Amino acid sequence: MKRFSQLAIPYIVWGILLIVLPMVLIAFYSVTEDGNGIISFTFTLKHYIRFFTDPDFLLVLWRSIKIAVKTTLICIALGYPIAYFIAFSSDRIRNILILAITLPTWINTLVRTYAWIGLLSEGGVIQQVLNIFGLGHEELLYTEGAVLIGMVYNFIPFMILQINTSLSKMDKSLMEASNDLGANGLQTFLRVILPLSLPGVVSGISLVFLPAVSSFSIPKLLGGGQFFLIGNVIENQFITVGEWNFGSSISLIMAMIMMATMYVVRRLEDYSRGGDKERE
Amino acid sequence: MKKSKRPFGKLIMGLMLAFFYLPIIFMIIFSFNESRSLTNFTGFSFRWYEKMWNDSEMMESLYTTIIVAVLATVISTAVGTISAIGLSKSKKIVHDLVLQINDFPIMNPEIVTAIGLMLLFMTLGVERGFMTMLLAHIAFCIPYVILSVMPKIRSLDPNLADAAMDLGATPWQALTKVIVPQIKVGIFSGALIAFTMSFDDFIISYFVTGRGVKNLSIMVYTMSKRINPSINAISTLVVVFITLILIGVNIAPLIREKRHKLKVKKLSGDLKEI
Repeated sequence: MKRFSQLAIPYIVWGILLIVLPMVLIAFYSVTEDGNGIISFTFTLKHYIRFFTDPDFLLVLWRSIKIAVKTTLICIALGYPIAYFIAFSSDRIRNILILAITLPTWINTLVRTYAWIGLLSEGGVIQQVLNIFGLGHEELLYTEGAVLIGMVYNFIPFMILQINTSLSKMDKSLMEASNDLGANGLQTFLRVILPLSLPGVVSGISLVFLPAVSSFSIPKLLGGGQFFLIGNVIENQFITVGEWNFGSSISLIMAMIMMATMYVVRRLEDYSRGGDKERE
Repeated sequence: MKKSKRPFGKLIMGLMLAFFYLPIIFMIIFSFNESRSLTNFTGFSFRWYEKMWNDSEMMESLYTTIIVAVLATVISTAVGTISAIGLSKSKKIVHDLVLQINDFPIMNPEIVTAIGLMLLFMTLGVERGFMTMLLAHIAFCIPYVILSVMPKIRSLDPNLADAAMDLGATPWQALTKVIVPQIKVGIFSGALIAFTMSFDDFIISYFVTGRGVKNLSIMVYTMSKRINPSINAISTLVVVFITLILIGVNIAPLIREKRHKLKVKKLSGDLKEI
């Protein structure tokens, strides 16, 4: 019914105005002089040069990537066994566990992150527990560790759910076949289960790494002012300093790095699966 | 034989659940604390709830969050559904191009979407406040609604609307009495995703708001610098509110997962094309 196609016209206009135009504006501001209008402007690459020649900014960028990688690795290391446990439970238990893991993600992210401030603060529950073991003198809040905990806490459910999905889809008789053909438990895991669950791990990485790199509320709440990440720099440029042009170039640099990372991760996955096929 | 006892699995599962729920339980307990301390429970009181109730800034942030979430859900669900129906009948090139544009807000890091919208409002000279926040929420909710309605429309018989109109229905009747009931599962899950996205949002709201208009996330963010147990009280209210909604809509967690499935499908599909 051609008449119905007109129903899409408002959204086409909307999409150009509120999706395409904002992205064009970021690119535009990132290559123009400060204080320029839309009509009269001067082209410049100085914002990009400023970012890449300032060791402070590069350090913050490096720190953000490092903490996002650490978060991702911890989420895989902790999330994989959990997802494995859930995937090989009975249907009823599996549904309950998935519900239990999804429930907290419904509660406001900022609220859940705020909850950790009390737990980690001086004399808080965690320090009291550590005290029993004689380890309670360390400062917990406003450290890299606190930021890591906050990120893992916020993002690990996505990793667990993704890995669980790919493990649940796996044909369980493959494991029996592997056993019958003489593989032991470890061999079955490394040669059969792990390769088949890799797509889930890769999807999990994209859902953990990307938000972790650009996060700025978690480092602010749990890292105090001491643990600046690239997201905080962008926030600063726009909210406090008001240098939109420089801020725009930083966010474009960040977006590029994120896209490149995901591209590499996907390629690695393809490569590992391609390798399997050759062996066959 | 694999399924014997699995004590190790049970142990880490238990620890993980404790990790998920202890902070929330802790927060609820301390919202009833008598003193200002976040570490020592000195006695039971409703003091922080009273303080929260009398704190106009806090209560306003709660209203703003709920009003924006409800309006953004209603508008984005309606617009998203209508647009998806329109797109399914559009030329292939229009259909593909618009869906490509539709993917940007889903694929982009939230902070990039946020900055883009902020620059848009600043450049056009729109004063930032409640309206810009609402517009931004509608903007990032519609793509998810379209993505969840689209597969349902694709599975419909393309002649359905024509058949209805041959039988005497007006185009409006064909739309509301024939097509919409067929795709209501997709509309419903799209609406739920939109509501939770809007209710949870911090980054985009933070950049596009102004004139002191705050939602809950922004309020927590700006107030967290000093100890304020009223935040625990209002957070507890939110936990209760969300739990009630979840009981009301008991299939909801599955849809949250679906939203990530949509995103993952996009991510893998688009990157494979490169």
